Amino acid sequence: MATQSPTPGVVPRGARRGWAALPFLTPGTLVLALFVAVPLLLVTSYAFFERGRFGGVVYTFTLDNFVRLADPLYLNVIATSIGTALIVTVLAVALGYPTALVIVRLPPKWRTIALIAVLLPFWTNFLIRTYAWILLLNNAGWINQGLQAVGIIDEPLKMLYTQPAVIIGLLYMYLPLMVLPLYSSLSSQDAQLTEAATNLGSNPFRVFRTITLPLSVPGLLTGCVFVFVPAMSNFVIPELLGGGKTVLIGNLIRDQFLKARDWPFGAALALVLTILLIALIFAQQSASRRVIEGPRERKVKRDA
Amino acid sequence: MTTTSPTPLLDIRGVQHSYGEVVALRDVSLSIADREFFALLGPSGCGKTTLLRSIAGFETPRQGTILLDGQDLTALPAHRRPVNMMFQSYALFPHMSVEKNVAYGLEAEGVGKAEIRRRVGETLEIVGLAAFAQRRPAKLSGGQRQRVALARAIIKRPRVLLLDEPLSALDRKVRAEMQLELKRMQHEAGMTFVVVTHDQEEAMSMADRVAVLNRGGIEQLDTPVGLYSRPATRFVASFIGSANLLDGSATGGPAGGASSVDVPGVAVFPATHSFAERESVTLVARPEDVHIVAPDAAPLQGVVVDTFFLGGSSTVSVEVAGLAKPISCTVHAANVATRGERVGLRFDAARVVVVANPVEAPAPAAAA
Repeated sequence: MATQSPTPGVVPRGARRGWAALPFLTPGTLVLALFVAVPLLLVTSYAFFERGRFGGVVYTFTLDNFVRLADPLYLNVIATSIGTALIVTVLAVALGYPTALVIVRLPPKWRTIALIAVLLPFWTNFLIRTYAWILLLNNAGWINQGLQAVGIIDEPLKMLYTQPAVIIGLLYMYLPLMVLPLYSSLSSQDAQLTEAATNLGSNPFRVFRTITLPLSVPGLLTGCVFVFVPAMSNFVIPELLGGGKTVLIGNLIRDQFLKARDWPFGAALALVLTILLIALIFAQQSASRRVIEGPRERKVKRDA
Repeated sequence: MTTTSPTPLLDIRGVQHSYGEVVALRDVSLSIADREFFALLGPSGCGKTTLLRSIAGFETPRQGTILLDGQDLTALPAHRRPVNMMFQSYALFPHMSVEKNVAYGLEAEGVGKAEIRRRVGETLEIVGLAAFAQRRPAKLSGGQRQRVALARAIIKRPRVLLLDEPLSALDRKVRAEMQLELKRMQHEAGMTFVVVTHDQEEAMSMADRVAVLNRGGIEQLDTPVGLYSRPATRFVASFIGSANLLDGSATGGPAGGASSVDVPGVAVFPATHSFAERESVTLVARPEDVHIVAPDAAPLQGVVVDTFFLGGSSTVSVEVAGLAKPISCTVHAANVATRGERVGLRFDAARVVVVANPVEAPAPAAAA
């Protein structure tokens, strides 16, 4: 692994300990420290203090915030959040995988157009998009009007302010985050691998099952994390499309900070969420690695 | 094993293909016999890979048929064709062990587990990789990967094995070893090999017959010895081995008189040919067919510009007035000539070959 310096025995000054790289690392380190480490430390520390009467914290150490988490009320919120995010992720895979697969197989010119089409909603304002869904889903909305006009239903369907509406909103919002990693993973696959599999007698379906799909697992897992993480912590869509009836962990945290003025409990919730998501990312990383590098090499015993 | 039939194993008839405007294959016809080691040789872009991919089913030719044992392959989708291919990049499945890679084709066929295990073991033994069965391709050397690719391609015992530049990714020494090994394996397995290569040495040393392709057409189809000693076109003469090419015009010939080639400003060389009087031709003289003689007795004189000692023989470059390139000749002794020395050259009239020298590049529409 050691890189050979051009003149052996002469090590440039400062190179040995990487001090030379310091000026280049400073901006990045500062950004990370300021916007990641400091807020994280603050939130973590808040979680172990008592609440102030009008918000803020009183610096008395306590574990009460974590004890409170065990309340079925909050456990239920966490469970609902995980459940909702899971449904959104599964639906995103179901919709995103075929989409990515089709885009990869388009001719290059159409590929770019399709990718822009996937990204376009992402560039429009998030509130406008969500309001568009309200227009579509409400009792006098376009979907109900359309269905009534055709005569399929007599009474408008109750769609807005239900859990499915929240799921639709979250799915619509985060679908590009599933399609893009999948696209990048699928498009970087060596086309000769599918040819080789075909040449060895696999029909297109088996080629997909044994080659394309397994090799796209890292991209798939990345997409899942990209969708699951924000879907779990989003609080605007549950409020606008769920009518505040579906309380997810994001809403709960926001309410603790802004409404209940219980910063320490909010911090404890946020900490739990962060730990959960970090664990998820680690799981995703190791799973991806296992797919690419295979299981740890087994010793093959072979006499002779 | 099938009985040897008079009909060829693989019969390619009038295959044409183009990518948009670019013509890749123009009316290619050739037949390959059972158990033959056949090479498609040509510079990059000559259409040899397109032809190979057409046999495998990855390209659908615009016209023509490809018959295997009399059955039209072009009607079959790629995964049903009884041909296997070894890819230039090997295309090993990175997420599978060596064993799984090799077993892949049998699994696709639905062969039983025990049978698969037995045949994988056998095949890995043949390519000498039995100890690496559990490794991933990423942890193998280039030569080992090539063996895995070969094992994977031969395990189904295909009627025809297609090899796309099989040795190009290997270093020189391993390549020489693998050349011998491929040849041995082809012999032992009794398989028909069709190898695509741009390396004439590779084609010449391994193949029973070679088709030289240029610009989508076959220039010449012959045995390696035939290609070398009786090149049919100027392209083949310059592409295969080294040759002294002297452009001139035909004299004598069938019309009467001693046939010879008149290289203007240099000399008139006696050579057998059947071209019409004044037709533009090229005289092809291999270095070993040029002899160094005393200057005054020779029809051609020149000055030695360089000598390369190659061990058993030397190559001497002789600059001749009127010729753009020095003539090279092979001599089987170390010190025949020294740099700057004036020498005479004599061509072996019985061995030199005369080929047509098309003045312009042939029009693309012309049939090969």
